[in-house]
Amino acid sequence: MSVLVYTENWDGKFKKLSFELVSYASKIAEMLNTSTTALSIGNVSDDELKKLGTYGAEKIISVNDDKLKTLENKAYTSVIAEVAGKEESKVIITSNNNTGKAVAPRLSAKLKAGLVSGATNVPSSLNPFIITKKVFSGKAFANVNIKTDIKILSLAQNSFELIEKNTTPSIENYSPALNDELFKTNVKDVEKQTGKIILTDAEIVVSGGRGMKSPDNWGPIEELAELLGAATACSRPVSDEGWRPHTEHTGQTGKIIAPNLYFAFGISGAIQHLAGVSSSKYIVAVNTDKDAPVFEAADYGIVGDALKIIPEIINAIKDIKAS
Amino acid sequence: MKILVCISNVPDTTTKVKFADNNSVLDKTGIQWIINPWDELALTRALELKESSNGAIETITVLTVGAKDTEPTIRKALAIGADDAIRVDTEPKDAYYVALQIAEVIKNNNFDFVLCGIESSDYNNSLVGGMVSELLNYPSVSAVSKLEINGNEVIVNREIDGGKEVVTAPTPVIAIVQKGIAKEPRIAAMRGIMMAKKKPIAVVNPVNAEALTSIENFELPPAKAACKFIEPDNVKELVQLLRDEAKAI
Repeated sequence: MSVLVYTENWDGKFKKLSFELVSYASKIAEMLNTSTTALSIGNVSDDELKKLGTYGAEKIISVNDDKLKTLENKAYTSVIAEVAGKEESKVIITSNNNTGKAVAPRLSAKLKAGLVSGATNVPSSLNPFIITKKVFSGKAFANVNIKTDIKILSLAQNSFELIEKNTTPSIENYSPALNDELFKTNVKDVEKQTGKIILTDAEIVVSGGRGMKSPDNWGPIEELAELLGAATACSRPVSDEGWRPHTEHTGQTGKIIAPNLYFAFGISGAIQHLAGVSSSKYIVAVNTDKDAPVFEAADYGIVGDALKIIPEIINAIKDIKAS
Repeated sequence: MKILVCISNVPDTTTKVKFADNNSVLDKTGIQWIINPWDELALTRALELKESSNGAIETITVLTVGAKDTEPTIRKALAIGADDAIRVDTEPKDAYYVALQIAEVIKNNNFDFVLCGIESSDYNNSLVGGMVSELLNYPSVSAVSKLEINGNEVIVNREIDGGKEVVTAPTPVIAIVQKGIAKEPRIAAMRGIMMAKKKPIAVVNPVNAEALTSIENFELPPAKAACKFIEPDNVKELVQLLRDEAKAI
């Protein structure tokens, strides 16, 4: 048996998320006294695959088939299930991003294996197997007992630190069964966001709310984001008004994010908004209303007009960087 | 075409959650119950599709797995415009248990197209839609932010990390939908509320099924330290704190 971790790639490259997953899998393998196997689906070079060894993958199974170029939920589920069977994996780990959410539940039903999504840590107990996750949009944690022999965990983003282990992994190229019945959906077109930091990946997020007063006032937010290598985001009213695309909406029904630093400019901090950002390590809030609920969630606050304060922050950062 | 929209009965999103019995169960005292926000958007989109389908979409059915106390939420969905409803009469045990119940209903009623919200705002699992798809061996498309139907094919925008894809799938299929699918949830009008009272809710018995997981207990997050306020004429201090204290920039 081993712990199997599915590591997604983006155009043949892994990112921090992939390495977090391997670190997490490797830690659980250590607790279970077993080894870590990573599964990669797609065209990934051996050099790139070996990077997974840095974080503890001892064996890498690489599946590279043109049929799997785009995400077909049924087929990916079948591949992961087949590899888990072959490796006799008792713990299977995926991300909790869009791909993880599409595939992990199917895998759970296929293998009849209990799944906890959005796990925030390694099991607090192995027998019973208890995993903690956030519930009620971050207002509470639940300790969930997985009662089946095979356990599936999807890891909440930015919730596990990278741990370097520097193992030299073995690489096995594997061809799973892929019958046509698995392929029912067709990807007709792909539109990639280029040059911008992806919101759910970002270490720093700069976000604006209705206090920004008009979509024409987003220039400084974008400038600050660019200066810090940050992603831009917004509150729900702003996306509902069409000031910003709905993909930027952070909050309970939008994106749930957990960056290192979150700037909330002109956002009052409705409970639904805070549910989406409260996992941020640090929150900076700027709002004219000193009683705005956003300050209850914030680490640093300024009572003032965001439109006036943002340019001053930009200048202060430029000064500090120059000194 | 017959469309099924799965709806979950959840506490209003502004609820301050409390737990009872040694933190093992949610304390339901004083909670207002609503249609799970993503399911409400799914229902809204289903109704828009029906209205513009020239009769090709015959009915929109909503389905809930829950005890009788979920009926006010089901009535809300009927008031918004669903034609009829099915309630599987059981307390949900876990996502797999709920998925088995839903799969059974779909098998028995020949729905061509099923919509599920991407997660529920109570347990934030994002599991049921995917599980139902696998149990029925249906294709699924997840993270759907735009949805059209063309004959026996659905055309969706699926969000991927850093972009979107246009994906087509033949029915029967399950679409797991998120923000963007409809602009705003529809609000029930007085006429809808009156009509909802007469619309049928079929109550069906659950199938025997086991749960794969159980919640042992809940914990509340630790209290957060108070916000450190910086004077608006001293923005420089904020930047210094972010660099030296938080080490975040």
